[in-house]
Amino acid sequence: MKGTGLFRPRLVFSADRAEAARTAEADKAARFRQAMLVHMDAAYNLARYLARDATIAEDIVQDAFLRAYRGFESWRGEAPKYWLLAIVRKCHLDHVAANRKGGPAASLDDWADAPPPQLVESHNPESLLAEKGEAVMLRTSIEQLPEPFRETLVLRELEELSYKEIAAITEVPIGTVMSRLARAREMLHNLLIPGGWREARS
Amino acid sequence: MSLHPDKIPLLHGLADGELDAANTIAIEAHLKSCGDCRAELAKIEALRDMLSTPSLRTPSPDGLRARIEAVIDTESGTAHQVARPAPQRLAPTRPRYFGDGVAAHVLNRRWGSGALTGALAASLLIALAVPQLTQAGLEDQLVQSHVRSLLVGHVVDVATSNRHLVKPWFNGKVDFAPPVPELADEGFPLAGGRLDYLDDHEVAAIVYRRRLHTINLFVRPARTLSLAGAVSMRRDGYNLIRWTAGGLEYWAVSDLDARELELFRQLYAARTAS
Repeated sequence: MKGTGLFRPRLVFSADRAEAARTAEADKAARFRQAMLVHMDAAYNLARYLARDATIAEDIVQDAFLRAYRGFESWRGEAPKYWLLAIVRKCHLDHVAANRKGGPAASLDDWADAPPPQLVESHNPESLLAEKGEAVMLRTSIEQLPEPFRETLVLRELEELSYKEIAAITEVPIGTVMSRLARAREMLHNLLIPGGWREARS
Repeated sequence: MSLHPDKIPLLHGLADGELDAANTIAIEAHLKSCGDCRAELAKIEALRDMLSTPSLRTPSPDGLRARIEAVIDTESGTAHQVARPAPQRLAPTRPRYFGDGVAAHVLNRRWGSGALTGALAASLLIALAVPQLTQAGLEDQLVQSHVRSLLVGHVVDVATSNRHLVKPWFNGKVDFAPPVPELADEGFPLAGGRLDYLDDHEVAAIVYRRRLHTINLFVRPARTLSLAGAVSMRRDGYNLIRWTAGGLEYWAVSDLDARELELFRQLYAARTAS
Protein backbone atom coordinates (compact mmCIF):
# COMPACT_ATOMS: atom_id res chain seq x y z
CA MET A 1 0.00 0.00 0.00
CA LYS A 2 2.83 2.37 -0.77
CA GLY A 3 0.48 4.50 -2.78
CA THR A 4 -1.70 5.43 0.17
CA GLY A 5 1.22 6.63 2.31
CA LEU A 6 1.36 9.88 0.49
CA PHE A 7 -2.19 10.78 1.42
CA ARG A 8 -2.24 9.51 4.94
CA PRO A 9 -1.28 12.61 6.99
CA ARG A 10 -3.98 14.69 5.38
CA LEU A 11 -6.46 11.92 5.70
CA VAL A 12 -5.93 11.49 9.45
CA PHE A 13 -6.09 15.21 10.08
CA SER A 14 -9.35 15.73 8.23
CA ALA A 15 -10.74 12.55 9.69
CA ASP A 16 -10.22 13.95 13.21
CA ARG A 17 -11.94 17.21 12.38
CA ALA A 18 -14.65 15.37 10.54
CA GLU A 19 -15.11 13.16 13.58
CA ALA A 20 -15.60 16.18 15.88
CA ALA A 21 -18.05 17.76 13.46
CA ARG A 22 -19.90 14.50 13.17
CA THR A 23 -20.22 14.15 16.93
CA ALA A 24 -21.67 17.66 17.21
CA GLU A 25 -24.03 16.96 14.34
CA ALA A 26 -25.11 13.64 15.84
CA ASP A 27 -25.76 15.42 19.13
CA LYS A 28 -27.89 18.03 17.37
CA ALA A 29 -29.80 15.30 15.56
CA ALA A 30 -30.47 13.51 18.86
CA ARG A 31 -31.72 16.68 20.56
CA PHE A 32 -33.87 17.51 17.57
CA ARG A 33 -35.42 14.06 17.51
CA GLN A 34 -36.20 14.19 21.20
CA ALA A 35 -37.79 17.64 21.10
CA MET A 36 -39.58 17.60 17.76
CA LEU A 37 -40.36 14.12 16.56
CA VAL A 38 -43.09 13.58 19.16
CA HIS A 39 -45.02 16.39 17.47
CA MET A 40 -45.03 14.76 14.07
CA ASP A 41 -48.69 13.79 14.41
CA ALA A 42 -49.66 17.35 15.29
CA ALA A 43 -47.63 18.62 12.35
CA TYR A 44 -49.29 16.19 9.98
CA ASN A 45 -52.75 16.93 11.34
CA LEU A 46 -52.30 20.66 10.78
CA ALA A 47 -50.79 20.15 7.33
CA ARG A 48 -53.64 17.84 6.44
CA TYR A 49 -56.29 20.39 7.40
CA LEU A 50 -54.44 23.21 5.68
CA ALA A 51 -53.63 21.38 2.45
CA ARG A 52 -56.72 19.13 2.48
CA ASP A 53 -54.73 16.50 0.64
CA ALA A 54 -52.93 13.53 2.15
CA THR A 55 -49.97 13.45 -0.23
CA ILE A 56 -49.35 17.19 -0.16
CA ALA A 57 -49.66 17.16 3.61
CA GLU A 58 -46.97 14.52 3.81
CA ASP A 59 -44.65 16.58 1.61
CA ILE A 60 -45.32 19.67 3.68
CA VAL A 61 -44.48 17.85 6.91
CA GLN A 62 -41.31 16.40 5.44
CA ASP A 63 -40.30 19.83 4.20
CA ALA A 64 -41.17 21.36 7.58
CA PHE A 65 -38.98 18.89 9.44
CA LEU A 66 -36.14 19.60 7.05
CA ARG A 67 -36.45 23.34 7.64
CA ALA A 68 -36.92 22.84 11.35
CA TYR A 69 -33.74 20.79 11.49
CA ARG A 70 -31.79 23.36 9.51
CA GLY A 71 -33.09 26.14 11.72
CA PHE A 72 -32.87 24.20 14.96
CA GLU A 73 -30.20 26.58 16.29
CA SER A 74 -32.80 29.33 16.29
CA TRP A 75 -35.07 27.36 18.61
CA ARG A 76 -34.93 29.19 21.93
CA GLY A 77 -36.67 26.58 24.03
CA GLU A 78 -40.20 27.79 23.33
CA ALA A 79 -42.92 25.13 23.25
CA PRO A 80 -41.65 22.70 20.58
CA LYS A 81 -45.10 22.02 19.19
CA TYR A 82 -45.81 25.70 18.71
CA TRP A 83 -42.40 26.24 17.11
CA LEU A 84 -42.85 23.32 14.75
CA LEU A 85 -46.43 24.18 13.76
CA ALA A 86 -45.35 27.70 12.82
CA ILE A 87 -42.89 26.12 10.35
CA VAL A 88 -45.55 23.75 9.04
CA ARG A 89 -47.80 26.71 8.32
CA LYS A 90 -44.98 28.53 6.48
CA CYS A 91 -44.28 25.43 4.40
CA HIS A 92 -47.94 25.20 3.51
CA LEU A 93 -48.04 28.83 2.38
CA ASP A 94 -44.87 28.32 0.34
CA HIS A 95 -46.36 25.24 -1.23
CA VAL A 96 -49.50 27.14 -2.18
CA ALA A 97 -47.43 30.02 -3.58
CA ALA A 98 -45.19 27.68 -5.56
CA ASN A 99 -48.16 25.98 -7.16
CA ARG A 100 -49.88 29.22 -7.94
CA LYS A 101 -46.85 30.36 -9.94
CA GLY A 102 -47.28 27.34 -12.15
CA GLY A 103 -45.70 24.41 -10.45
CA PRO A 104 -45.17 20.98 -11.96
CA ALA A 105 -47.90 20.03 -14.39
CA ALA A 106 -48.64 16.83 -12.54
CA SER A 107 -49.86 18.56 -9.41
CA LEU A 108 -51.93 21.04 -11.39
CA ASP A 109 -53.58 18.12 -13.15
CA ASP A 110 -54.25 16.48 -9.83
CA TRP A 111 -56.11 19.54 -8.68
CA ALA A 112 -57.92 20.22 -11.92
CA ASP A 113 -60.74 17.76 -11.30
CA ALA A 114 -60.95 18.46 -7.58
CA PRO A 115 -62.43 21.89 -6.92
CA PRO A 116 -61.73 23.35 -3.47
CA PRO A 117 -64.24 21.96 -0.99
CA GLN A 118 -65.92 25.27 -0.27
CA LEU A 119 -67.06 25.37 -3.90
CA VAL A 120 -68.68 21.96 -3.63
CA GLU A 121 -72.43 22.03 -3.28
CA SER A 122 -73.40 22.05 0.34
CA HIS A 123 -73.54 18.49 1.62
CA ASN A 124 -76.65 17.21 3.20
CA PRO A 125 -75.44 16.76 6.77
CA GLU A 126 -78.01 14.10 7.59
CA SER A 127 -77.14 11.77 4.73
CA LEU A 128 -73.42 12.32 5.33
CA LEU A 129 -73.92 11.49 8.96
CA ALA A 130 -75.76 8.31 8.12
CA GLU A 131 -73.20 7.39 5.49
CA LYS A 132 -69.87 8.04 7.06
CA GLY A 133 -70.39 8.95 10.65
CA GLU A 134 -70.11 12.02 12.69
CA ALA A 135 -66.33 12.37 12.56
CA VAL A 136 -66.26 12.44 8.78
CA MET A 137 -69.02 14.99 8.69
CA LEU A 138 -67.23 17.18 11.19
CA ARG A 139 -63.98 16.84 9.32
CA THR A 140 -65.59 17.68 5.99
CA SER A 141 -67.25 20.67 7.56
CA ILE A 142 -63.99 21.95 9.00
CA GLU A 143 -62.33 21.53 5.62
CA GLN A 144 -64.99 23.73 4.06
CA LEU A 145 -64.12 26.71 6.24
CA PRO A 146 -62.08 29.42 4.50
CA GLU A 147 -58.41 29.13 5.35
CA PRO A 148 -57.91 31.84 8.00
CA PHE A 149 -60.86 30.51 9.98
CA ARG A 150 -59.96 26.88 9.41
CA GLU A 151 -56.39 27.34 10.56
CA THR A 152 -57.41 29.28 13.66
CA LEU A 153 -60.01 26.68 14.59
CA VAL A 154 -57.68 23.72 14.05
CA LEU A 155 -54.87 25.34 16.03
CA ARG A 156 -57.26 26.05 18.88
CA GLU A 157 -59.57 23.03 19.01
CA LEU A 158 -57.36 20.26 17.70
CA GLU A 159 -53.87 21.38 18.61
CA GLU A 160 -55.01 23.20 21.75
CA LEU A 161 -52.70 26.16 21.36
CA SER A 162 -53.29 29.36 23.32
CA TYR A 163 -54.63 32.55 21.70
CA LYS A 164 -51.19 34.04 22.14
CA GLU A 165 -49.48 31.17 20.32
CA ILE A 166 -52.06 31.21 17.53
CA ALA A 167 -51.59 34.96 17.15
CA ALA A 168 -47.83 34.48 16.80
CA ILE A 169 -48.13 31.61 14.33
CA THR A 170 -50.72 33.26 12.11
CA GLU A 171 -49.06 36.67 12.47
CA VAL A 172 -52.17 38.59 13.52
CA PRO A 173 -53.15 40.38 16.77
CA ILE A 174 -54.89 38.38 19.50
CA GLY A 175 -58.10 40.33 18.85
CA THR A 176 -58.13 38.99 15.31
CA VAL A 177 -57.60 35.46 16.60
CA MET A 178 -60.62 35.89 18.88
CA SER A 179 -62.87 37.22 16.15
CA ARG A 180 -61.72 34.57 13.66
CA LEU A 181 -62.33 31.85 16.19
CA ALA A 182 -65.80 33.16 16.97
CA ARG A 183 -66.58 33.39 13.27
CA ALA A 184 -65.13 29.93 12.57
CA ARG A 185 -67.27 28.35 15.27
CA GLU A 186 -70.34 30.13 14.00
CA MET A 187 -69.71 28.97 10.43
CA LEU A 188 -69.02 25.45 11.56
CA HIS A 189 -72.16 25.38 13.64
CA ASN A 190 -74.15 26.57 10.64
CA LEU A 191 -72.63 23.88 8.45
CA LEU A 192 -73.48 21.19 10.95
CA ILE A 193 -76.94 22.46 11.81
CA PRO A 194 -77.97 24.83 9.01
CA GLY A 195 -79.61 27.86 10.51
CA GLY A 196 -78.97 26.42 13.92
CA TRP A 197 -76.72 29.08 15.30
CA ARG A 198 -79.49 31.60 15.16
CA GLU A 199 -82.40 29.22 14.86
CA ALA A 200 -84.52 31.23 17.29
CA ARG A 201 -84.58 34.14 14.90
CA SER A 202 -84.44 32.73 11.38
CA MET B 1 -76.87 35.85 16.92
CA SER B 2 -77.02 37.09 20.44
CA LEU B 3 -78.38 40.50 21.30
CA HIS B 4 -74.93 41.42 22.52
CA PRO B 5 -72.49 41.05 19.63
CA ASP B 6 -69.83 42.87 21.64
CA LYS B 7 -69.91 40.09 24.19
CA ILE B 8 -69.37 37.28 21.67
CA PRO B 9 -65.54 37.29 21.70
CA LEU B 10 -65.64 37.31 25.48
CA LEU B 11 -67.92 34.28 25.51
CA HIS B 12 -65.43 32.40 23.31
CA GLY B 13 -62.60 33.59 25.51
CA LEU B 14 -64.43 32.34 28.55
CA ALA B 15 -65.06 28.93 26.96
CA ASP B 16 -61.40 28.74 26.03
CA GLY B 17 -60.21 29.80 29.47
CA GLU B 18 -58.37 32.71 27.91
CA LEU B 19 -59.87 35.65 29.82
CA ASP B 20 -58.09 37.52 32.56
CA ALA B 21 -59.71 37.82 35.97
CA ALA B 22 -61.37 41.20 35.37
CA ASN B 23 -62.99 40.12 32.10
CA THR B 24 -64.04 36.77 33.57
CA ILE B 25 -65.85 38.45 36.44
CA ALA B 26 -67.48 40.96 34.09
CA ILE B 27 -68.77 38.39 31.61
CA GLU B 28 -69.99 36.03 34.35
CA ALA B 29 -71.93 38.87 35.88
CA HIS B 30 -73.44 39.60 32.47
CA LEU B 31 -74.34 35.95 31.91
CA LYS B 32 -76.42 35.89 35.08
CA SER B 33 -78.73 38.48 33.66
CA CYS B 34 -78.69 37.56 29.94
CA GLY B 35 -80.38 34.43 28.64
CA ASP B 36 -79.26 35.02 25.05
CA CYS B 37 -75.63 35.02 26.01
CA ARG B 38 -76.10 31.94 28.21
CA ALA B 39 -77.59 30.13 25.19
CA GLU B 40 -74.71 31.35 23.05
CA LEU B 41 -72.15 30.06 25.54
CA ALA B 42 -73.95 26.72 25.71
CA LYS B 43 -73.68 26.42 21.91
CA ILE B 44 -69.99 27.23 21.98
CA GLU B 45 -69.41 24.61 24.63
CA ALA B 46 -71.49 22.01 22.78
CA LEU B 47 -69.43 22.62 19.65
CA ARG B 48 -66.19 22.38 21.58
CA ASP B 49 -67.38 19.04 22.96
CA MET B 50 -68.05 17.78 19.45
CA LEU B 51 -64.61 18.88 18.31
CA SER B 52 -62.82 17.22 21.18
CA THR B 53 -63.20 13.75 19.68
CA PRO B 54 -59.80 12.26 18.79
CA SER B 55 -61.20 10.85 15.55
CA LEU B 56 -61.00 14.34 14.05
CA ARG B 57 -57.27 14.05 14.05
CA THR B 58 -55.81 12.45 10.97
CA PRO B 59 -53.25 9.85 11.97
CA SER B 60 -49.90 10.21 10.24
CA PRO B 61 -49.34 7.81 7.37
CA ASP B 62 -47.17 4.79 8.14
CA GLY B 63 -44.09 5.77 6.18
CA LEU B 64 -43.95 9.40 7.32
CA ARG B 65 -41.80 8.83 10.35
CA ALA B 66 -39.27 6.88 8.30
CA ARG B 67 -39.18 9.65 5.73
CA ILE B 68 -38.54 12.26 8.39
CA GLU B 69 -35.92 10.08 10.05
CA ALA B 70 -34.25 9.79 6.66
CA VAL B 71 -34.33 13.58 6.26
CA ILE B 72 -32.66 14.03 9.65
CA ASP B 73 -30.15 11.29 8.84
CA THR B 74 -29.27 12.86 5.54
CA GLU B 75 -29.04 16.37 6.98
CA SER B 76 -26.97 15.38 9.97
CA GLY B 77 -24.78 13.03 7.97
CA THR B 78 -25.40 10.42 10.64
CA ALA B 79 -27.05 8.08 8.20
CA HIS B 80 -26.11 4.55 9.13
CA GLN B 81 -22.67 5.44 10.37
CA VAL B 82 -22.05 1.91 11.46
CA ALA B 83 -22.63 0.41 8.09
CA ARG B 84 -21.45 3.19 5.83
CA PRO B 85 -17.79 4.12 6.12
CA ALA B 86 -17.78 7.73 7.20
CA PRO B 87 -15.26 9.77 5.23
CA GLN B 88 -17.02 9.38 1.94
CA ARG B 89 -15.23 12.22 0.20
CA LEU B 90 -11.84 10.70 0.86
CA ALA B 91 -12.75 7.37 -0.54
CA PRO B 92 -10.52 7.46 -3.64
CA THR B 93 -7.47 7.20 -1.43
CA ARG B 94 -9.04 4.57 0.74
CA PRO B 95 -8.33 0.98 -0.22
CA ARG B 96 -11.20 -0.31 1.90
CA TYR B 97 -13.18 -1.80 -0.91
CA PHE B 98 -10.16 -3.28 -2.59
CA GLY B 99 -8.84 -6.36 -0.97
CA ASP B 100 -5.33 -6.30 -2.29
CA GLY B 101 -2.69 -3.65 -2.19
CA VAL B 102 -2.04 -3.86 -5.89
CA ALA B 103 -5.53 -2.72 -6.70
CA ALA B 104 -5.19 0.22 -4.33
CA HIS B 105 -1.87 1.10 -5.80
CA VAL B 106 -3.20 1.13 -9.33
CA LEU B 107 -6.22 3.10 -8.24
CA ASN B 108 -4.07 5.74 -6.64
CA ARG B 109 -2.00 5.96 -9.74
CA ARG B 110 -5.17 6.51 -11.63
CA TRP B 111 -6.16 9.37 -9.40
CA GLY B 112 -2.68 10.74 -9.35
CA SER B 113 -2.52 10.75 -13.09
CA GLY B 114 -5.99 12.21 -13.32
CA ALA B 115 -4.41 15.53 -12.39
CA LEU B 116 -1.81 15.14 -15.12
CA THR B 117 -4.15 14.43 -17.94
CA GLY B 118 -1.45 15.05 -20.53
CA ALA B 119 0.07 11.63 -20.23
CA LEU B 120 -1.42 9.62 -23.02
CA ALA B 121 0.14 6.40 -21.85
CA ALA B 122 -1.42 6.82 -18.43
CA SER B 123 -4.77 7.48 -20.03
CA LEU B 124 -4.50 4.28 -21.96
CA LEU B 125 -3.63 2.46 -18.80
CA ILE B 126 -6.75 3.84 -17.16
CA ALA B 127 -8.90 2.85 -20.07
CA LEU B 128 -7.56 -0.66 -20.05
CA ALA B 129 -6.92 -1.41 -16.42
CA VAL B 130 -9.31 0.63 -14.32
CA PRO B 131 -12.73 -0.47 -15.47
CA GLN B 132 -12.12 -3.99 -14.27
CA LEU B 133 -10.61 -2.94 -11.00
CA THR B 134 -13.22 -0.38 -10.06
CA GLN B 135 -15.88 -2.78 -11.12
CA ALA B 136 -14.65 -5.34 -8.62
CA GLY B 137 -14.93 -2.71 -5.88
CA LEU B 138 -18.25 -1.52 -7.19
CA GLU B 139 -19.78 -4.95 -6.95
CA ASP B 140 -18.80 -5.10 -3.30
CA GLN B 141 -20.33 -1.68 -2.71
CA LEU B 142 -23.51 -2.70 -4.47
CA VAL B 143 -23.91 -5.84 -2.43
CA GLN B 144 -23.11 -3.91 0.74
CA SER B 145 -25.67 -1.23 -0.12
CA HIS B 146 -28.23 -3.88 -0.87
CA VAL B 147 -27.62 -5.77 2.38
CA ARG B 148 -27.47 -2.56 4.38
CA SER B 149 -30.81 -1.40 3.02
CA LEU B 150 -32.35 -4.64 4.25
CA LEU B 151 -30.56 -4.77 7.59
CA VAL B 152 -31.34 -1.32 8.88
CA GLY B 153 -34.92 -1.51 7.63
CA HIS B 154 -34.21 1.50 5.50
CA VAL B 155 -35.05 0.08 2.11
CA VAL B 156 -36.84 3.17 0.89
CA ASP B 157 -36.90 6.89 1.63
CA VAL B 158 -40.11 7.27 -0.29
CA ALA B 159 -42.35 4.28 0.25
CA THR B 160 -45.00 3.98 -2.36
CA SER B 161 -46.14 1.67 -5.09
CA ASN B 162 -47.07 4.71 -7.16
CA ARG B 163 -44.41 5.38 -9.75
CA HIS B 164 -45.75 8.90 -10.22
CA LEU B 165 -44.55 9.63 -6.71
CA VAL B 166 -41.19 7.92 -6.93
CA LYS B 167 -40.03 9.62 -10.10
CA PRO B 168 -40.60 13.22 -8.97
CA TRP B 169 -39.16 12.37 -5.58
CA PHE B 170 -35.75 11.91 -7.18
CA ASN B 171 -36.14 15.30 -8.81
CA GLY B 172 -33.59 17.64 -7.28
CA LYS B 173 -31.95 14.83 -5.34
CA VAL B 174 -30.03 13.41 -8.27
CA ASP B 175 -29.15 15.28 -11.45
CA PHE B 176 -30.63 12.69 -13.78
CA ALA B 177 -34.11 11.23 -14.16
CA PRO B 178 -34.24 7.50 -13.53
CA PRO B 179 -37.17 5.83 -15.29
CA VAL B 180 -39.59 4.20 -12.88
CA PRO B 181 -41.85 1.86 -14.86
CA GLU B 182 -44.71 -0.04 -13.29
CA LEU B 183 -43.98 -3.78 -13.27
CA ALA B 184 -46.54 -4.99 -10.74
CA ASP B 185 -48.55 -6.74 -13.43
CA GLU B 186 -45.48 -8.87 -14.14
CA GLY B 187 -45.02 -9.74 -10.48
CA PHE B 188 -42.47 -7.03 -9.64
CA PRO B 189 -44.38 -4.46 -7.57
CA LEU B 190 -42.68 -1.15 -6.91
CA ALA B 191 -41.79 -0.56 -3.26
CA GLY B 192 -40.31 2.92 -3.47
CA GLY B 193 -37.09 4.83 -3.93
CA ARG B 194 -34.05 5.75 -1.94
CA LEU B 195 -30.95 7.87 -2.26
CA ASP B 196 -27.75 5.86 -2.01
CA TYR B 197 -24.07 6.31 -2.65
CA LEU B 198 -21.74 4.54 -5.03
CA ASP B 199 -18.16 5.62 -5.55
CA ASP B 200 -19.04 8.65 -3.44
CA HIS B 201 -21.69 9.87 -5.78
CA GLU B 202 -25.37 9.99 -5.12
CA VAL B 203 -27.26 7.39 -7.06
CA ALA B 204 -30.93 6.59 -7.30
CA ALA B 205 -31.98 3.27 -5.81
CA ILE B 206 -35.35 2.10 -7.02
CA VAL B 207 -36.76 -0.77 -5.04
CA TYR B 208 -38.94 -3.48 -6.50
CA ARG B 209 -40.22 -6.63 -4.87
CA ARG B 210 -40.54 -10.16 -6.13
CA ARG B 211 -42.56 -12.25 -3.71
CA LEU B 212 -40.53 -11.89 -0.50
CA HIS B 213 -37.37 -10.81 -2.26
CA THR B 214 -36.17 -7.25 -2.61
CA ILE B 215 -34.53 -5.92 -5.74
CA ASN B 216 -32.41 -2.83 -5.42
CA LEU B 217 -31.98 -1.15 -8.78
CA PHE B 218 -29.16 1.37 -8.64
CA VAL B 219 -29.15 3.98 -11.38
CA ARG B 220 -26.48 6.50 -12.21
CA PRO B 221 -25.24 8.32 -15.30
CA ALA B 222 -23.19 5.98 -17.47
CA ARG B 223 -19.53 6.78 -17.88
CA THR B 224 -18.20 7.23 -21.34
CA LEU B 225 -16.11 4.13 -21.11
CA SER B 226 -18.93 1.94 -19.87
CA LEU B 227 -19.56 -1.24 -21.73
CA ALA B 228 -22.96 -1.60 -23.29
CA GLY B 229 -24.91 -4.84 -22.95
CA ALA B 230 -26.01 -6.74 -19.90
CA VAL B 231 -23.52 -8.54 -17.71
CA SER B 232 -24.66 -10.73 -14.87
CA MET B 233 -22.49 -11.87 -12.01
CA ARG B 234 -22.72 -13.40 -8.60
CA ARG B 235 -21.12 -12.13 -5.43
CA ASP B 236 -21.47 -13.23 -1.80
CA GLY B 237 -24.60 -15.16 -2.68
CA TYR B 238 -26.27 -12.20 -4.40
CA ASN B 239 -26.95 -11.82 -8.07
CA LEU B 240 -26.09 -8.65 -9.91
CA ILE B 241 -26.92 -7.56 -13.40
CA ARG B 242 -25.45 -4.51 -14.99
CA TRP B 243 -26.60 -2.83 -18.16
CA THR B 244 -26.66 0.59 -19.72
CA ALA B 245 -29.43 2.33 -21.62
CA GLY B 246 -30.17 5.90 -22.55
CA GLY B 247 -27.00 7.25 -21.00
CA LEU B 248 -27.71 5.61 -17.65
CA GLU B 249 -25.98 2.72 -15.98
CA TYR B 250 -28.16 0.22 -14.14
CA TRP B 251 -27.23 -2.29 -11.50
CA ALA B 252 -29.89 -4.67 -10.27
CA VAL B 253 -28.96 -6.45 -7.03
CA SER B 254 -31.02 -9.12 -5.34
CA ASP B 255 -31.01 -12.50 -3.71
CA LEU B 256 -33.37 -13.59 -6.47
CA ASP B 257 -31.97 -16.28 -8.69
CA ALA B 258 -30.16 -15.10 -11.78
CA ARG B 259 -32.90 -16.19 -14.14
CA GLU B 260 -35.60 -14.15 -12.43
CA LEU B 261 -33.33 -11.16 -12.08
CA GLU B 262 -32.66 -11.36 -15.80
CA LEU B 263 -36.42 -11.46 -16.36
CA PHE B 264 -36.68 -8.33 -14.26
CA ARG B 265 -34.00 -6.65 -16.36
CA GLN B 266 -35.75 -7.54 -19.60
CA LEU B 267 -39.10 -6.25 -18.35
CA TYR B 268 -37.60 -3.08 -17.02
CA ALA B 269 -35.64 -2.45 -20.19
CA ALA B 270 -38.68 -3.15 -22.35
CA ARG B 271 -40.92 -0.80 -20.37
CA THR B 272 -38.42 2.01 -20.32
CA ALA B 273 -37.59 1.67 -24.00
CA SER B 274 -41.15 2.25 -25.12
